[in-house]
Amino acid sequence: MDKTWIKKITKSKSFSAFTSALLAIFLGLIIGFIVMLFARPERAVAALQKILFYGFTDLGNVFYFATPIMMTGLSVGFAFKMGLFNIGASGQYTLGMLFALYAGFTFDLPLGIHWIVCVLFGMLGGMLWGIFPGLFKAYFNVNEVITSIMFNYIGTYLVDMLVKGSAKMYVPTTTRTAYLPQSAQLPALGIKNSSANIAIFIAIALAIILFIILNKTTFGYELRATGFNKHASQYAGMNGKKNIVITMMISGALAGLGGAFAILAPSTIAGSSQTYEPINVIAANGFNGIAVALLGNSSPIGIIFSSIFISHIQRGGTQTSILGFKPEIIDVVVAIIIYFSAFSLVIKMAAGRLITKMRHSKGKEEVDQALSEETYMPDKPGDNTDDIEEKEV
Amino acid sequence: MDIVYYLVQNTLPVAVALLLVALGGMFSERSGVINIALEGIMLCGAFAGCLFVYFIEKNSLPAQLIFVLGMLVAAVAGLIFSLLLSWAAIHMKADQTIVGTALNMLVPATVLLFSKMFFMSDGVTTNTRFYIREVKGLGDIPVIGKLFFQNTYLSLYIGVVILIIATIVFYKTRFGLRLRACGEHPQAADSVGVNVYTMRYAGVSISGVLGGLGGFFYAVGVMDGNVNGHTGVAGFGFLALAVLIFGQWKPIQILFASLFFAFLRTLAYSTTLIPFLKALNLNQDYYKMLPYVATMVVLAFTSKRSRAPKAEGIPYDKGTR
Repeated sequence: MDKTWIKKITKSKSFSAFTSALLAIFLGLIIGFIVMLFARPERAVAALQKILFYGFTDLGNVFYFATPIMMTGLSVGFAFKMGLFNIGASGQYTLGMLFALYAGFTFDLPLGIHWIVCVLFGMLGGMLWGIFPGLFKAYFNVNEVITSIMFNYIGTYLVDMLVKGSAKMYVPTTTRTAYLPQSAQLPALGIKNSSANIAIFIAIALAIILFIILNKTTFGYELRATGFNKHASQYAGMNGKKNIVITMMISGALAGLGGAFAILAPSTIAGSSQTYEPINVIAANGFNGIAVALLGNSSPIGIIFSSIFISHIQRGGTQTSILGFKPEIIDVVVAIIIYFSAFSLVIKMAAGRLITKMRHSKGKEEVDQALSEETYMPDKPGDNTDDIEEKEV
Repeated sequence: MDIVYYLVQNTLPVAVALLLVALGGMFSERSGVINIALEGIMLCGAFAGCLFVYFIEKNSLPAQLIFVLGMLVAAVAGLIFSLLLSWAAIHMKADQTIVGTALNMLVPATVLLFSKMFFMSDGVTTNTRFYIREVKGLGDIPVIGKLFFQNTYLSLYIGVVILIIATIVFYKTRFGLRLRACGEHPQAADSVGVNVYTMRYAGVSISGVLGGLGGFFYAVGVMDGNVNGHTGVAGFGFLALAVLIFGQWKPIQILFASLFFAFLRTLAYSTTLIPFLKALNLNQDYYKMLPYVATMVVLAFTSKRSRAPKAEGIPYDKGTR
């Protein structure tokens, strides 16, 4: 009887999403390991160990680097819920960074307020860049994937141009942005040798708020309904166009916050700050957000964990350079993880079959035991509804 | 007049790269598979081709022969790489957009990893110049000779041949008809005995070959033989997608669309040579954004009546027949 909760968990959708995420991670790491075996056979095992375990010794930085990708992950995941693929998180992230930088350099506000204003500006910047794919999708029938890719390029070039054109922000001799004033930087958590800061808590709080919005509000319901079936939701009187634009705005705002958190983070060296180098490269954190969102099954709570995981292997990846590898190995692993995440349907089915098998063998024992005690009871009706739910996938 | 010659001579190599990749996208999408991975395929072909050239150029072979060999290597590399997409999209019924994105991320990461570990750099740069100063005989024709047969690359003529072949295959052969049917109504195609899976594999593979070729042509004709993991192919694969949509998934319209985009890009990079634009004295970066902004403007006006292949992006399941 008390085993029913196991049944409930193993049969739930989030559990199958979890197993398929694990499988994608496993395949990603295996292929990454094979690549390393080809490159430096004698050191591949040591490098894999670094990737898997180094992060535990540097938790402060794991959380620090998890923050921006948690935000871009939430951005991509939120749009996914509505059936939109926001590949433009990179551009929104970069715009958020620009706005945060602008607020940091131009406003002269007291300590404790300045950084909040900068963060809000970052959000505004991302939101601004998120509106475009939404408007193009809703009113011009242009696929959001193409729009957001184009706006990644436009945004990156635009930001680099504006940064380079501003004497206040840009230092030509270092080819990077100047140091932000102390008041604009996020309060640090005080972990040694790490820029871990308050943003991780803000990010987690936002994830929880998003979870509530998605699951407990009418807007969240409409959003998910549109994601499931566009035509049905329209028929039910939901304003698809408005929802598309709002979703992309929120999605952009989240990515913009990621950019703000990244650039406003405190530096470990006193008197300095994070800087940005405008070299026309599209922000990688936007794409990492796609991996985070897919691994987290687009659920805000799942994304909290998946972003920490990706950050964890990234920290380990940077350490592999000691062994003659390059941190790019993690980019390869992340790409492979995304690749296999797209198979989720197949993987979920495979995982489901495996679990059913396991349960059947277990269930048989249970029945045998029950019969011998002559207290056999039929399944509760509740289990049947579980079955129906599963088929929706 | 010299400016016109200069612009045309510089537009054509860019246009050929775009044209081939967009034609590849056409074969893939009209067979029913969305190919976002064009960017990755291009970079894969470009890197493989240039790596091959880098190793072979020490032997004193004629430059144009090396070009053709590098081209073949690029095509094969693109083909093999595209199998990752077709397998995932056709057999594993995966989400094609996400798979494409993953592949786009995989290539630059691999290129960087490989180059940093073995070359201590971000990529490869070839030394051979494949530039053709003048085609003997044809270069002397007034106007036309200057436009098409001077200061050019072999890729131009190969591109024209491929365009003609692609158009004929697409519209005048049984294969082309079947391919198009699979993108519109795979169930109907299957019911008359067309193997949808094979057709889709063929479509994606052709896009792999053409994407790889386009990438190599881009690396040689636009980047002077440099391929690196940071800039990659600078969004050309995505521009090719825009060209494809602007060209309404039809070969001849794609040709004009790619000429249009290539011209804009050339204009953006040669502002200092054109008196009128130089007088405006705008920041160079404005022009860098131009092709992407133009894409959005064009798509905003054309997408309303755009006719994408009906079954595009939907994995074919025999059970749904």
